[in-house]
Amino acid sequence: MTRGIDNDFNRFKQIVRGKVRENLKKYITHGEMLGRQGRSIVSIPVSNIDIPHFRHGKKGSGGAGQGDGEIGQSIGQGDADGEGTGQAGSEPGERHFREVEVSLAELAEMLGRELELPRIEPRGKNRLSTQKDKYNTIRRRGPESLRHLKRTYKRALKRMISAGVYDPENPVVIPERDDRLYRGANSIVQPETNAAIVYVMDVSGSMTDEQKSIVRTEAFWIDTWLRSQYDGVEIRYVIHDAIAKAVDEDTFYHTKESGGTRISSAYRVVRDILNDEFPSDDWNIYVFQFSDGDNWGEDNRLCLEILEGDLLPVCNAFCYGQVESPYGSGEFLKELRTIQAKYDNLILSEIENKDAIYGSIKQFLGKGK
Amino acid sequence: MFITMRRSLPREIQAAQDKMERHARDYGLDFFETIFEVLDYDELSMFAAYGGFPVRYPHWRFGAEYDELMKGYAYGLQKIYEMVINTDPCYAYLLASNSMMDQKLVIAHVYGHCDFFKNNAWFAPTNRKMLDEMANHATRVSRYIDRFGYETVERFIDACLSVEDLIDPHAPHIRRDQPHPRPVVDPLELAEDDDDGATRFQSKQYMDTYINPPDVLAAEREQRDLKQKAKDRARSFPESPQRDVLRFLLEYAPLSPWQHDVLSIVRDEAYYFAPQGQTKIMNEGWASYWHSKIMTRHGLTDAELIDYADHHSGTMATSPGRLNPYKLGIELLKDIEDRWNKGKFGPEYDACTDARERAHWNRDLGLGRQKIFEVRKVHNDITFIDSFLTPEFCVDQKLFRFEYNEVHNAYEIASREFPAIKRQLLDSLTNHGRPFIHVIDGNHRNRGELLLQHLFEGIELRQDYARDVLENLVRLWGRPVHIRTLSDDKPLTLSFDGHAHESVVG
Repeated sequence: MTRGIDNDFNRFKQIVRGKVRENLKKYITHGEMLGRQGRSIVSIPVSNIDIPHFRHGKKGSGGAGQGDGEIGQSIGQGDADGEGTGQAGSEPGERHFREVEVSLAELAEMLGRELELPRIEPRGKNRLSTQKDKYNTIRRRGPESLRHLKRTYKRALKRMISAGVYDPENPVVIPERDDRLYRGANSIVQPETNAAIVYVMDVSGSMTDEQKSIVRTEAFWIDTWLRSQYDGVEIRYVIHDAIAKAVDEDTFYHTKESGGTRISSAYRVVRDILNDEFPSDDWNIYVFQFSDGDNWGEDNRLCLEILEGDLLPVCNAFCYGQVESPYGSGEFLKELRTIQAKYDNLILSEIENKDAIYGSIKQFLGKGK
Repeated sequence: MFITMRRSLPREIQAAQDKMERHARDYGLDFFETIFEVLDYDELSMFAAYGGFPVRYPHWRFGAEYDELMKGYAYGLQKIYEMVINTDPCYAYLLASNSMMDQKLVIAHVYGHCDFFKNNAWFAPTNRKMLDEMANHATRVSRYIDRFGYETVERFIDACLSVEDLIDPHAPHIRRDQPHPRPVVDPLELAEDDDDGATRFQSKQYMDTYINPPDVLAAEREQRDLKQKAKDRARSFPESPQRDVLRFLLEYAPLSPWQHDVLSIVRDEAYYFAPQGQTKIMNEGWASYWHSKIMTRHGLTDAELIDYADHHSGTMATSPGRLNPYKLGIELLKDIEDRWNKGKFGPEYDACTDARERAHWNRDLGLGRQKIFEVRKVHNDITFIDSFLTPEFCVDQKLFRFEYNEVHNAYEIASREFPAIKRQLLDSLTNHGRPFIHVIDGNHRNRGELLLQHLFEGIELRQDYARDVLENLVRLWGRPVHIRTLSDDKPLTLSFDGHAHESVVG
């Protein structure tokens, strides 16, 4: 018998996927749940539909809290839920929550299912292979640590029955030397697939913390997904303003410069990294660039040159995510659009705000490249 | 449809229940018969999505809630340990995968809730047979769906849900004036005397003040204004602003019988759930007080102590931007118990200004337990905080008030002063921190339009949401709908006429 809740759930899914009730589309929220993975925080996309109610705005709002802290100390971003007391209003029933943990592999799987991401077909060029031992045969001899207990006893039982010494009233099975069976290994050659990801971010003054936090969330999900698709994943980070440099992850997210913006400088650094470390015959290469779209006008021509000449031919996908910023002009996206038709591995996405992360990940990874 | 999966409880849990029930009764807790059922997570999520009930009317929002709960569980983020609903007998659901220690803890916790449901005055008017009522609602809505189509009914429910919180939670407890029937106006009476100036005779200018004496004219004008006002009054209704917008809609909106029924279902359920919102802090505090008392005094084995401490402290955890009702509730109850045990109340104590003396005040009255039982009987969260929050308690519990800083786009700690904290707490509890909306006029501009008023108390209305609600209200009311509020200290009226939105400042 179908349960009512399954009908409700299916109906909800249909609405979220836009199959019915199109007018509700603007109320669909792509929220996130925050979970812990070891020590880091992860976010899981959760859709819901907002039923509009009369509510207070943020201006003039506040609440009561509990804990340490000086007066004037910030306790959270303004875009958090304004209902400070955590009063869910007439939340039905009385229930009781606690948190537990989750693994990255599960996360990736859920993400894939949620966004309906295609599995990635690694490029045919790759020649790397590894030998792996798989214990999938049975041998008569072997080390005791590999003894197959179940088979050994089955064999002993068979022998005892055929010899007529087995007594069902007193079912004792005693294996002899000859009964012992061992697991054996076969070596199999498996192609290994590796991916190199290069993240490029504009750290000029026009990128604010909010833009960076969007980049961070998005990069986390891209990592998680690509890691689930390849055996080995190497990640490099490049930041740039008017000049570019390769940095480690921490610096990547925490650097703030005030200079101008020259995107070609970053493309040069990416080109060098790819040439030196990741020959495209052996690696599946992904470049993700995040910027607010500001660039020095005369630099655009040079960018396209490097992009078309050196980067696009070797990348599985070159993804450009333009984060909307109050200061950025967003010009660079238009430049890229002029050549987009020529390359199907050039993927462009505009990320207006946190809610758009969800769609943008789907754009980047939805092609199965 | 199944109502409940009547399964006999595992013997171990049955034994725990018997034991916990005995302890609860020994402490004087008084509850309806409580029926426990053990469910797996999938079932528990379904019940939770349905607000604790096995059957609700079909609607996608239950599916959404279910999805979120299941996801939270699958990703390992959260897990519901228990649910209990306010019915007679009380139904409580336990999660099958809980450890025995968890089961004992939540059973004790549930008895706290059951006692609260039965004895707290704010729950007194709720329908204790809500299980049947909910199933009944489901049948009625399903029947309408069969008759009028899924989408038609669903759209209408969506519109109703958009205003479901516009009720008057105090209405079940006091007698308000019966709303007057829609006034019948004699059209003839309205038609007469339609000129707009005062009676004025022709005259030469120098004679004017004699032929048309200004004071007579003024008096005449006044008369006419009064009459006009009376006329307007006769046209507009209700007489005084009405907070129960849903009731007003039920009485006056041009709804077909099935729509009327669906709206009244939504309203009934809103009233049923309202006391749980009004007493969240007390209810959780009370249940936590008793699970802690019973478990630490009687329930725990030595081996379970660490797990219990871990679970209990997890439930009591606080974070800066969010007040944990469990924590605030249990601490305030304990504080009250301590104060009444030591006699830290009354004029003599209040008059004492010596901090040292106050801190060591002890009259050995031992009235604490009796006092908290009285508190759980008569108070709701607002009166609870208003009556018992003390400056000492605020310091002790590190409470603070925070506010939104527009410049930094962040919430910041604003004050640790007692009056500010108390005021803030009361503000955010009043009407659940939501705007007060009243119906002012059901015949606005004498055109049958609906006029609502937002009682501005310092926080502005969220305008994008308000516009969407107006659209839903038009679906219910059938004529243009307006709401008056304040924005940037100027009066603002938002309107929707079924096609276009309008906002008028001033």
